[in-house]
Amino acid sequence: MKIDKDLVAASATPLVLGILADGGSYGYAILKRVNELSTGRMTWTDGMLYPLLHRLERLGYVAASWQVAPSGRRRRHYEITASGKQALAERRQQWEVVTGALDRVWREAAIGPKPLLAPAAGLER
Amino acid sequence: MLHSEPETQIGHWRGYVQRHRAISAGDAEELEDHLREQIADLEQAGLSGGEAFLVAVRRMGDLDQVSREFAREHSERLWKQLVLTSGPDEQTDAHARRELAIVLGLAVASALAIKVPPLVGLGWTDDSAGFYARNLSLFVLPFLAAFFAWKRQLSWSDSLRLLVPPFALGAVVANAYPFTENGATEVLTAIHLPIALWLAAGLAYVSGDVGSHRRRMDFIRFTGEWVVYYALLALGGGVLVGLTTAGFATLEVNLSTVVPEWVLPCGALGAVIIAGWLVEAKQSVVENIAPVLTRVFTPLTTLMLLALLVAIPAAGGLVEVDRTLLILVDLILVLVLGLLLYALSARDPHAPPDTFDRLQLLLVVSALAVDALMLYAMFGRVAEFGVSPNKAAALGLNLVLLVNLAWAARLSIGFLRRRLPFTRLERWQTTYLPVYGIWAAVVVLTFPLAFGFA
Repeated sequence: MKIDKDLVAASATPLVLGILADGGSYGYAILKRVNELSTGRMTWTDGMLYPLLHRLERLGYVAASWQVAPSGRRRRHYEITASGKQALAERRQQWEVVTGALDRVWREAAIGPKPLLAPAAGLER
Repeated sequence: MLHSEPETQIGHWRGYVQRHRAISAGDAEELEDHLREQIADLEQAGLSGGEAFLVAVRRMGDLDQVSREFAREHSERLWKQLVLTSGPDEQTDAHARRELAIVLGLAVASALAIKVPPLVGLGWTDDSAGFYARNLSLFVLPFLAAFFAWKRQLSWSDSLRLLVPPFALGAVVANAYPFTENGATEVLTAIHLPIALWLAAGLAYVSGDVGSHRRRMDFIRFTGEWVVYYALLALGGGVLVGLTTAGFATLEVNLSTVVPEWVLPCGALGAVIIAGWLVEAKQSVVENIAPVLTRVFTPLTTLMLLALLVAIPAAGGLVEVDRTLLILVDLILVLVLGLLLYALSARDPHAPPDTFDRLQLLLVVSALAVDALMLYAMFGRVAEFGVSPNKAAALGLNLVLLVNLAWAARLSIGFLRRRLPFTRLERWQTTYLPVYGIWAAVVVLTFPLAFGFA
């Protein structure tokens, strides 16, 4: 199943911020985490993560620093900031409204195929 | 063996990434780190090095898109490239620094050159105005040509062979001819010598490959972009000088001799070199401006010409017919030609004809109509008063431009009817390029002789 591009784009910011709220990380590890969380169903174009991270940095939601990876190469490391946590909380509230409304629609209208995942085990715990 | 193949592939890939200007060296490093981790993981999952590389690159996505995304996020980067050093690449770094040193050296040399004559008694006075007017281009264009020669790695013998004859001849003519002070031929020389020498500097720009139409087109493009850069530098410089003068005036320090004698001439000449360097260093910045300028001014100029066409008969024909009118028409034609060249140089040669091409044809045709009307009105008058140097020069220039625009219009009709490829239009302009230089040289060399230096 392919997730709609707009949905991926809309969820990208809270996903990345949420992952970073769990501890600082770097690009490749963030993508791997997204894959795990969505059990491989959300496919990102890998390269697009980096412009997004730069935007979050400009907005002050994350702080970046160069660190040395175990391989010996330089690696950009990202940490969430206080205002990033605040933005994440806001996003989360917005998404809860959206997913809550959608949840009720699914239950009351009883339309479409049965969910592939266990209910609400998707993006937001 | 196992690791050497992906290693070279990664090397190629890195080169490809670095060619995207919106992606900085740091970003490229970050992307490469990502690619390497991905490859390592895929290899662990059992893929061969080559396979892993292909999958990893594919997952990275379309780099042009990624680069666009970076550019959106860092629009300033395209401008940052203008500053002296970029990226950690030491070799290019050293080269960029050397180029900057050479450019600054040439700009300073040009600025100082114009202060040499005062040392030998030719001060900045009304008496020497003619001398400075005739020689102005000789103080700066040789340095610009030297920059091109260095940039294109022209050999010494080629440089001397190509550049010394035109500049030496220009210098001799400008100073050995016994001009009447403030005479028409002196003014004509002052106007036409820079044009001839600009094209002579173009010989170095095309690195002596005068037959190459692609290089000639590059030079046309360079000229257009140089004009934009120079105008920007002049505006900025003007504001700065104004502020400085006003600032010092509050301290009751009078700059009224320093500014006209040093700041203005030295700045104006140095800026010629700097603008040339900026065009060379960062072509794509203005490449984005030229099409915009063309698109804004083509319709406006067409409107102006059509309004003129309506107004001339409405006013009962041309009232004041003299050489100012001829010069005015020439300037209009130069403007139209400039717009045409800007549009040509910025256009994708493979795109089919569109509305803008039609509009451009309308522009050229209306310019030709205005020109025909004015020439017709003038014809009798020229015979009446005889030929003066100014009239001859204006008429000659008119002829040069008329031939170009008329043929360009014809080709453009063929292109709009899809009978001719767009490259024919380009080819016509690049073929015609030397004509301007030759005409300017003819005016400089022969007019003073023909009209007795009047």
